[in-house]
Amino acid sequence: MSLVDFSDPSTAGLLLGRIAAAAHALGTVRIMEVCGTHTMEIGRLGLRSLLPKNVELVSGPGCPVCVTSGAYLDAAATIALSKNFRIVTYGDMVRVPGLRTSLDEAKSNGAAIDVVTSPLQAVEIARRKPNEQVIFLAVGFETTAPASAKAVSIAKQEGIPNLSFFVSHKTVPPALSALVADKELAISGFLLPGHVSAVIGEKPYWPLAQQGLPAVITGFEPLDILSGITMVCDMLVHKRASVLNAYQRIVKREGNPRAVETVFRVFDVADAAWRGIGLIPGSGLALRQEFREYDASIRFGIPPDGGAADMPEACSCGDVLKGRLRPDACPLFGTSCTPEHPVGPCMVSSEGSCAAYFKYGA
Amino acid sequence: MCLAVPAKVISIEGSTATVDMMGNTTSADISLLENVTIGDYVLVHVGFAIQKYDEAEAKITLDLLQELAHTVDPHEPG
Amino acid sequence: MTSATVRMSHGSGKGNKELLETVVFPALIPGGVGTLEDAFIFDIPGRRFAFTTDSFVVSPLEFPGGDIGKLAACGTINDLAMMAAKPILLSVALVLEEGLDLQLLAKMLRSLSAVCSSQGVRIACGDTKVVDKGKADGMFITASGIGIVKVGISLSAANAKPGDAVLVSGGIGLHGITVLSRRANLHFASSAVSDCAPLFGISDALLSAAPFTRTMRDATRGGLAAVLCELAESSKVCIMIREDAVPVPAVVRGACAFLGMDPFHVANEGRFAAIVPPEQAESALAALRAHPQGRDAAIIGTVAGPGKFPVLLKTSIGGTRPLEMPPGDILPRIC
Repeated sequence: MSLVDFSDPSTAGLLLGRIAAAAHALGTVRIMEVCGTHTMEIGRLGLRSLLPKNVELVSGPGCPVCVTSGAYLDAAATIALSKNFRIVTYGDMVRVPGLRTSLDEAKSNGAAIDVVTSPLQAVEIARRKPNEQVIFLAVGFETTAPASAKAVSIAKQEGIPNLSFFVSHKTVPPALSALVADKELAISGFLLPGHVSAVIGEKPYWPLAQQGLPAVITGFEPLDILSGITMVCDMLVHKRASVLNAYQRIVKREGNPRAVETVFRVFDVADAAWRGIGLIPGSGLALRQEFREYDASIRFGIPPDGGAADMPEACSCGDVLKGRLRPDACPLFGTSCTPEHPVGPCMVSSEGSCAAYFKYGA
Repeated sequence: MCLAVPAKVISIEGSTATVDMMGNTTSADISLLENVTIGDYVLVHVGFAIQKYDEAEAKITLDLLQELAHTVDPHEPG
Repeated sequence: MTSATVRMSHGSGKGNKELLETVVFPALIPGGVGTLEDAFIFDIPGRRFAFTTDSFVVSPLEFPGGDIGKLAACGTINDLAMMAAKPILLSVALVLEEGLDLQLLAKMLRSLSAVCSSQGVRIACGDTKVVDKGKADGMFITASGIGIVKVGISLSAANAKPGDAVLVSGGIGLHGITVLSRRANLHFASSAVSDCAPLFGISDALLSAAPFTRTMRDATRGGLAAVLCELAESSKVCIMIREDAVPVPAVVRGACAFLGMDPFHVANEGRFAAIVPPEQAESALAALRAHPQGRDAAIIGTVAGPGKFPVLLKTSIGGTRPLEMPPGDILPRIC
């Protein structure tokens, strides 16, 4: 077995030609990509410089770190400074500004903060440091939730008393519906997140088609992204609205039911506040009753992540996240807000739209 | 949001596999998948294999994609 | 600066640049620093010398392909070599953490010494201090070096001109990936081996074949991106790179995909970029490739007049994107 290559430049060129031909028959096309990894790849490929003028790729709230509330980040940073507490987190969270502070700032003031690449490492750390309260920052979309669920299960199974989880997981399909409902955004179609889809499958997106929006489940190689855009444009030309799966080597129709089951053994659907957007009903995950002793928010009285549309002053991340404002149209972009000195989350998160724009240009 | 790479399973011990990504190895929990065998490629994210890579589907997709690239849509005006 | 304390991000890339520009230089050199080169050149009637200094703080102390001793010797020798100076003297100042194993210390110093003897460099002076446990990652080394500048050659980061060719001496990212794979929290093992090596021989061969070389700079922390950005800014030009022409070893690609890092931002310790006039590009390339350290050398781009961005990349699908200085500290991503 070997990996099939999806990066051939001449096929890429032909797909760009197809996009141009389709675009010729269309007015303004605004395709929203809802995946921070897509935002980064599109930037890295310099793709926007190659698309026809009337085809716009809009970055949506696909960066779970960007949409984690400022209050959550402040709370994590604050508790990290307490004696005998240790925060364990993915690297993405470290530099994101909360409202008052950041994990990075707490670290420079002596907070115990460990960067990991898996929640299983949080379990290991808790076992190794029984005298510390170890709190894992459980953030991410459906791709990441199964891992958190497993870690929570292990904590309960083994009875690891000093481990807890500060949960801010969110789910994608409810957010998409909320974005579609906002007519001002004028979204023509979606590139759907390939790896979230690997877990949830195709079905959760069907309402989009019912709402008349073409959507393509898209992978991350150059030809994946180009064919996703081509397929959305073709559907627009034919005035068709379907949810198509262009990433079948990874995404199965039913997703990964075992992973989904694992999530719902541990979590329940809950309402969630998306930073910069507001409350989206049923778009979050909260620990089920029997796992609540592992909920850091309950154990330590940290206000649960419910911090609404809490952005720093003058920050336009909310509009950027919804695709209403292009990053470089924000008055703070590149002046008082840069990746080294971010005002809002979109600029610092490695996948935030503003950071991607800054790095890769428009 | 979901940085994940297809990695090749090179050994399995219980529910943990050692996977290889071009000369780099890491461990991945395979309990979210069924029938993982050595030689399979799996999608690894935050220490878990969340889906299997289907080589046959990959080839079909590439063919379809190349067809898409080469076809001039007969219904397109202009 | 908005922070009141030193942050990890001040260690390299943009964060380091900011620390230097807003705190260190104004305090140390109030008159202004001028163009920043890899070594300071001074004349004593009849001779031109190069003088440089560097600190080494790597963790872990030992890694495949080298250790902190080798790193210290090579790093300082390379800064001299990049200014066309033959390294002759090195000073070695050690800050040792209480509890450091003495056999390990000796081993590191033997590595340092071995590089110096192989390069004809004399260890002229040094110093040793000890600090409490927890105050130094095992050991820190500061090495200063003096070299004799090749007669008739005057390199500067400010010398690049539109039309010049940009070369790299080999595959990028090996040192960074090697060291990162030893960090337990990243949870991956790698077959990568550090490219740590002294570059005087290969760079001297380049200068013999291409005597009008404008500038050379070794890519260390901050990766190839940092070097290209620095050169473009010093010369006030735009450097245009073809992404497909840059050699990236497969093991680096794989590790970067896993960690969510850009190979252009990953550290090197035995690779350099060179900017040469177009008519000398082919002979420069041939000289690099003839050297055992330069088998994968490549011409990766050209210099153009200044534009909106200091460095532009032409991507594999023909798009264009700017190549930025890396952020101060590169953290692994899951997103």
